[in-house]
Amino acid sequence: MAAATDWGEMSAMNRRRRALSSENLAFVLFVAFMVIYPLMADEFSVGNVAYFLAMTLLAVSLALIWGYAGILSFGQTAFFGIGGYLYGIFALNYDWGGATLVGIVVGVLAGGVVAATLGYFMFYGGVNDVFVGLTTLALTLVLQTFMAQTAGPEWAVGEARLNGYNGMSVPQIMVGDTVLFGRQLFYFHLVLLVGVYLILRWLTGSRWGYGLLALRENRERTETFGYNVRFMQVQVFFLAGCIAALSGVLYASWGGYIDPASMGLTAAVTPVIYVAIGGRRSITAAVIATMILLKLSQSLASSAPEYALVVFGALALLAVLFVPEGFILSLLQALDRWVFRGGRRRRHVAPQEPAPAQPRRVS
Amino acid sequence: MAAIASPQPTLLALDRIAKQFGGVRAVDGLTLTVDRGELRCLIGPNGAGKSTIFKLIMGAEQPTAGTIRFDGRVINRWPTWRRAREGLSIKMQIPGVYPELTVRDNMRVAAQNHIPMGSMEDETYRLLARVGLEHAGEELTKNLSHGQQQWLEIGMALSASPQMLLLDEPTAGMGPGETEETARLVQSLNAEGTTIVVIEHDMAFVRRVARNVTVLHLGRVFAEGTIAEIEANERVTDIYLGRT
Repeated sequence: MAAATDWGEMSAMNRRRRALSSENLAFVLFVAFMVIYPLMADEFSVGNVAYFLAMTLLAVSLALIWGYAGILSFGQTAFFGIGGYLYGIFALNYDWGGATLVGIVVGVLAGGVVAATLGYFMFYGGVNDVFVGLTTLALTLVLQTFMAQTAGPEWAVGEARLNGYNGMSVPQIMVGDTVLFGRQLFYFHLVLLVGVYLILRWLTGSRWGYGLLALRENRERTETFGYNVRFMQVQVFFLAGCIAALSGVLYASWGGYIDPASMGLTAAVTPVIYVAIGGRRSITAAVIATMILLKLSQSLASSAPEYALVVFGALALLAVLFVPEGFILSLLQALDRWVFRGGRRRRHVAPQEPAPAQPRRVS
Repeated sequence: MAAIASPQPTLLALDRIAKQFGGVRAVDGLTLTVDRGELRCLIGPNGAGKSTIFKLIMGAEQPTAGTIRFDGRVINRWPTWRRAREGLSIKMQIPGVYPELTVRDNMRVAAQNHIPMGSMEDETYRLLARVGLEHAGEELTKNLSHGQQQWLEIGMALSASPQMLLLDEPTAGMGPGETEETARLVQSLNAEGTTIVVIEHDMAFVRRVARNVTVLHLGRVFAEGTIAEIEANERVTDIYLGRT
């Protein structure tokens, strides 16, 4: 870059480059494909991909909390379950038009409030790093264990029987008198996913997002720049809890069913593996990886179920060892370097004077 | 204490501060005041408690006893982020930059709590130019030389327009040229009215910038005075150089 380049002009150039990044392009292509997909696919596949879209929100919540804020949470699955159950309980108890839509909000906020409460005690109590992982995993397993013993008829909230491992039947989402299913439900999920995605992309580029990036790198230092780090951690935990709960709401209403296995150990670890394989630091990578891996997971489950876990384990291991940024994100970054070039080029800056050759004097 | 209209000359006052880590008394009943506009150097042998004092001032550690007053108010119970917003800035001993972020993003992280978003671009440019890094904005910080990282961190500490700047070994790992640049920067900041406290081992640097020097030893103030007085004090030379 010419030294004389005007700063303002340079920034504007960077902004254009950033708009034309492979990450943005990949997401636009993904959305375009999703928009036309229901027009080409059969009804079963449309329903199936609608399920992928719902689960993708769980991965998005994890990319936010883990990739952006640096907090590895196994609790997203718990908030997912809370969202699903609370939506179900609300929708079973109220049957006026629009009740299911209010139920979505109830489920989402329930997940967010539980997350914020847990987050408050963790972060203000000085719990961080690996201990957040342990605490959130404990929450998930406690919830699973609790829900597992709710089979008896005494476990009911109004009309809603919790039913333990038999599972709770959950009403589908209705707009007015119309039950959403097939293509309508597919597009409903797609709109919510794109909406959440756009909000997060906007947030991560905002002041708050820069603050998150900073506290991910170094909490103590970030606080000395005037950031209320603990409060920000609670905020991002709340937001990620809401998104995970939305995922749970969509999952439960899509299948008309939720049971405690949705909060089990496997359920808690799977999204972490998906996001690690795809690239936790990019919401786009998390979305695309989850869609692909869910599809792969289903194919393996039907053709070679005994190998499914082995394959995912191997992929996760490969990612951790050789592609720590994740396969999809690394691919996007390589595309940026080779196709879009600028903006993200990193080269060594020559020191402005010879590097210190002699040790400093102490006298 | 309602006399805000006429600011007192004392900006920072540590009163009988103690800090105990297990059985170790890192700071032992230390009393220290720094006036507005001062450029004070803290020197002393390793383990004298210098860096601990900075941590106590910023709130990274809580004192076992004593009070810390900043700008007339007791700040013992303030969280670190509030101290930062009220005008305390620090450059840490180990570079406290974000190695994985670009230089400009580092500056933005430091600046955005203090500078309106509208003028962010101009201000980050001005601050980077001040520390000679205006052409390295897009670089990952980990690719900078050690000295450049130190300057970036000083620039970041400046973005808050702090009342008081704490510099913990600003010339560590720098060559003579870079040290001279740093000395010039520190002096010009002080000339503009920023109160500065520097911890430094490099006596050439201390001689170059400081008017007042405080010598710490075993967690207490051992001697205080001008650089000439300190250098003339044989007992200081003894403890500082480890002579007996």
